[in-house]
Amino acid sequence: MSFATINDDILRTLRPPGALYYAGLALALVALSIGVLAFLYQARTGMGVAGYEHPILWGVYITNFVFWVGIAHSGTLISAVLFLFRATWRTAVARAAEAMTVIAVATAGLFPIIHIGRPWFFYWLIPYPNERGLWVNFRSPLVWDLFAIGTYLTVSVMFLYLGLLPDIAAARDTITDWRRRVYRVLSLGWLGTDRQWRHYMALYGFFAALATPLVVSVHSVVSWDFAMSILPGWHSTIFAPYFVAGAIFSGLAMVITLLVPMRRIFKLESYITVHHFENLAKLMLMTSLIVSYAYVVEFFIAWYSGSPFEQGTFYDRMFGQYWAYSWTMFTCNVGVPLLLFSKAIRTNLRALFVISIFVNIGMWLERYVIIVSSLSHDFDPANWSGVYSPTWVEAAITLGAFGLFFTLFLLFVKNFPAISITEMKETMAQSTKADRGAWPDPV
Amino acid sequence: MKILGIYDRSTKAAVCAGTILDKGLGDVVTYSPVPDHALDRALRVTVSPVRLFVLIGGLIGCATGFIFPIYTVLDWPLITGGKPLISIPPFVVIAFELTILFAAVGGMAGFLLLSRLPRMTGRPAPDTRFTNNLTGVSVTCAPNQVAEVRAMLERSGASEIRE
Repeated sequence: MSFATINDDILRTLRPPGALYYAGLALALVALSIGVLAFLYQARTGMGVAGYEHPILWGVYITNFVFWVGIAHSGTLISAVLFLFRATWRTAVARAAEAMTVIAVATAGLFPIIHIGRPWFFYWLIPYPNERGLWVNFRSPLVWDLFAIGTYLTVSVMFLYLGLLPDIAAARDTITDWRRRVYRVLSLGWLGTDRQWRHYMALYGFFAALATPLVVSVHSVVSWDFAMSILPGWHSTIFAPYFVAGAIFSGLAMVITLLVPMRRIFKLESYITVHHFENLAKLMLMTSLIVSYAYVVEFFIAWYSGSPFEQGTFYDRMFGQYWAYSWTMFTCNVGVPLLLFSKAIRTNLRALFVISIFVNIGMWLERYVIIVSSLSHDFDPANWSGVYSPTWVEAAITLGAFGLFFTLFLLFVKNFPAISITEMKETMAQSTKADRGAWPDPV
Repeated sequence: MKILGIYDRSTKAAVCAGTILDKGLGDVVTYSPVPDHALDRALRVTVSPVRLFVLIGGLIGCATGFIFPIYTVLDWPLITGGKPLISIPPFVVIAFELTILFAAVGGMAGFLLLSRLPRMTGRPAPDTRFTNNLTGVSVTCAPNQVAEVRAMLERSGASEIRE
């Protein structure tokens, strides 16, 4: 394999795709349209159509928010953390994972807006004084969220763009259709001079170093939306690490869900190999074990606390109205990933794809169980009888979010190199250094 | 005068670039599809000052993250939840996020500034293959040194030489 082959093979993904791609895109667009229509209906009619009922005033929308922020995390793990650890296998999957991060955070960011009821006032969250000179409350985790998610989205976009810069330049110099003009603008006039590479590499390292603590802080802050309250089931010090591990776990599952079809549609089998999937599966297994441990600790602490309220909430979670959700969650997040201990399963892409779907479902349910079952078992026993179940509007908007996510991802991989050309060449250059012959004679 | 040598192997380009610099024959700019340590060594590349931009951005972000919330609570003193107006622990979260945000934005600004990007006008890349698979050494030299530079490019194995 040579530099030119890598260039051609990866830029081939920008050429007109096959029917499978268009079928996927059409499906995603239909899902997105359903979501948009449901949202318009909700905006016109009011939040009553969302099935929120006292005391459960956070439901599917906040579940979706936490789920999508979580999905984003593995992208940063792969692109930043594994970069710092010099895990070269990440090269083939990092770009897709980074793109997934940006798209997932953007999708997540829509949910607080959908949830607030009057979405046209979403800008009230931005810290500026209102007409009476009153500022936002910086002690509120919801304001922390704005800063955390805003920073995460901005840094992720810049990180993705920085990595793309030389690749867009490569596309500019190869592609001949109308997109060439777009690439010319987006490449910012990149030439690949020694000066540019020098600053590029320095900044890339810094971005990785900045994104690593950032990713840990973001889901910690999201977890504090819950943990800072005094509601039994939420008020727990384990929430931050528990959420971060869960986020990476679910994100890795989503990376597998996306990469298995992407590899087939764009015929990238020689770049994204079974070895890459096996490594992703190992990471997924490890994070699954951390999440399983967190589940055990959560229940242990509830019991050990001696607080009847805490114990009641957790008993209710397992055997109350929401038992089916909880047990499905345990099965998907604790039981099914154990199959990954088998190498035969880790290297079987079909099996991995199916397991990743189970994990996606399980992790969505985890957020649902944490949010809904804790709220339903609040401070007043009179509230405990009602059962919250999502309405068709919430289901449609959730479907729409998946539609948006897949639409944006499919558009991205079709218009930008889905694998980092530069990093693939770099990895190749490093691995074949020994075969490249002796150092040339001085001139 | 500018002379461009095109190489299929970056090590050959590195040897040539290093020698031209050693002999003081002219200024050298290299073009390559990937960051290349051989070229860096030949050109005696020093640590990029991008780090200063990151540091300054981070410090400004951290200071903003504390000063801004403190200013807002003093601007309209409203006690909520019996907490002190200036509650440092919650403001640490804001300061942490802004440190990272400003450091990243500062780094990006520094990168663009130092790399002289965006560069929308001006001459295009000397060869489109430099983003694909080839390495280029462009030498700016005095007219009386052109012959020597050209000979050096040839000797070092340049597959193509252009003036």
